[in-house]
Amino acid sequence: MFRFIFDKDTWQEIWGSISKNKVRTVITVIGVLWGIFVYIALSGAAKGLDNGFEKEFQDIASNSMFIWAQSTSMPYKGFKIGRSYNLRTGDVEALKNKHPEIQFIAPRNVQGVFGGEPPQVVRGFRTGTYRVFGDYPVVDRVAKKKIYEGGRFLNDDDIKYDRKVVVIGEKVRDELFYKDEEAVGGFIKIGSIYFQVIGVYKINNFGFEGDDSILMPFTTYKRVYNMGDLVGWMVVAAYDDVDIVALEEKVKGTIKKMHDIHPDDERAVGGFNLGEEFGKIKGFAKGMNLLSLVVGLATIIAGVIAIGNILLISVKERTRELGVRRALGATPREVKAQILLESVFLTVVAGIIGIILGAGVLALIQALLPEDGDFPYTNPTVPIPFVLGALVIMVVLGTLIGLIPAQRAVSIKPIDALREE
Amino acid sequence: MIEIKDLHKSYKMGSNSLHVLKGINFSVKEGELVAIMGSSGSGKSTLLNILGMLDGYDSGTYHLDGVLIKDLNETKAANYRNKFLGFIFQSFNLINYKSAWENVALPLYYQRVGRKERKERAIHHLKTVGLEPWAEHLPSELSGGQKQRVAIARAMAAEPKVLLADEPTGALDSVTSHEVMALIQRINDEGRTILVVTHEEDIAHMCKRIVHLKDGVIVSDSVVEQHRLEANV
Repeated sequence: MFRFIFDKDTWQEIWGSISKNKVRTVITVIGVLWGIFVYIALSGAAKGLDNGFEKEFQDIASNSMFIWAQSTSMPYKGFKIGRSYNLRTGDVEALKNKHPEIQFIAPRNVQGVFGGEPPQVVRGFRTGTYRVFGDYPVVDRVAKKKIYEGGRFLNDDDIKYDRKVVVIGEKVRDELFYKDEEAVGGFIKIGSIYFQVIGVYKINNFGFEGDDSILMPFTTYKRVYNMGDLVGWMVVAAYDDVDIVALEEKVKGTIKKMHDIHPDDERAVGGFNLGEEFGKIKGFAKGMNLLSLVVGLATIIAGVIAIGNILLISVKERTRELGVRRALGATPREVKAQILLESVFLTVVAGIIGIILGAGVLALIQALLPEDGDFPYTNPTVPIPFVLGALVIMVVLGTLIGLIPAQRAVSIKPIDALREE
Repeated sequence: MIEIKDLHKSYKMGSNSLHVLKGINFSVKEGELVAIMGSSGSGKSTLLNILGMLDGYDSGTYHLDGVLIKDLNETKAANYRNKFLGFIFQSFNLINYKSAWENVALPLYYQRVGRKERKERAIHHLKTVGLEPWAEHLPSELSGGQKQRVAIARAMAAEPKVLLADEPTGALDSVTSHEVMALIQRINDEGRTILVVTHEEDIAHMCKRIVHLKDGVIVSDSVVEQHRLEANV
């Protein structure tokens, strides 16, 4: 059998048989080709989508949540319902100590978002109103900002010395500075205080601040707006492998305990779970992946069954030919092996063409999409093991399905085959 | 060359069986050209199929070139067919997607002869039937007589001990029939043993001996004066 497979003549015989029955061959090939093409194109596209999301999220601490204070909805420990309270800087350290799953916490304050007027900002003859944030340097890890024009982001010394420095958004820069002016190092007046611009930031696809905000050190903000130890809200980022939904419950519980809030009070602690939302998007991408795998495999199977079907018809058609071959000395094994090899050969050829076409289409889509487009689609690939796996499945299925027509071919006695009209 | 003793064969048709060959005794020596005649249902095709190892038999013995042919499995039968026998069919049975020489070379393929030698030998046999210029043509591009000559070349390709021809002229007009029979006579002249099944009296008389079958038994077996044909191919 081994010798048979590697015999040049065997392949010449198979080539003769399939190259001279062109229509049959083409139809057969298309069946499987379509299957593997769909599989490759689908799973590649799903992977591209997955990669695209991954790329969008790479600059974001996606396993994170926002926590803020609201008013209570239950009376507790002598406090009446509807009490307002505030998060405080002390809570930050307490939370970090209590929950080791937390990677970092960024407490934030803002002027001009949750009610309240955004402050007027003046530079020379130009003015504008912009939201002003009080931030720790760690906020950059929540959503990475690109700092350009030779500037920098806030650092620990800015916090330590309450420096009057700001990082401004691109749009702020455009509106307050002239085109040929150097923004970094320049001064702007917020309210009645002058601040030096130390950096200009540009947001990636995701940004919570937009590009029309001003970021100043948390401590400076505290003094400028007389905040005491109040915290507007905080971003709690957990390590990647932490269950963010469970952590949200725990963090809220801790806050309730620290602020004398009824443990069952659902309203007192506001929260937005970013990790959960991202999880849904990632889950969607994963679902697409799985779907493409299932659909692709199903299509491949359908294609292979089509091959079996067509070979069965072809064996019926060639009954006489096979009878002649056997009268001329072909053993049942040789006849069987020929049909089987035809099946496997067609499957593999179709598979390889399908893989090439699928890869071609993926490359084409990639080339047609703009480099920095909004559509989350990057580097659509199908892992080699998956491709090889699909090929192996096809060869195995091609063999199994080929067994049916092969068996059929030798089950007819040569004498009956010759009598067949 | 062929020794048949008390050969019986019956076909099972549902509950009842059809006794087709009822004790055939028959022998053919090397170099003979035998016509087997009989009306349809006489058992002549069954006899040829048994001779051709395409079918088994119930009792009796069949020796081919001293080898007992009985209860062969398909693989062994295939090997013996390939080695001992050449078939010529009424409807030629050429493989329609193979060229003339590839058809002729097919028995050699199953003997594992290399492609180059296959082609050489196939071309040689095509030359003996006068069809060398048509070597690369497909069967569909050949006339009926040419097809049958290709089929004869194919039957000869493996240098078999016996040629079995089943109504070789059945699908041909009388002129081409005579051409084909002339070719068969010539091959026989070279010493090949040939059995021809036919129901045509004149074709039978182109052979050297006529065996008449009727209802599963041989009713007559006589040497006749051969009607020689002018070989013009």
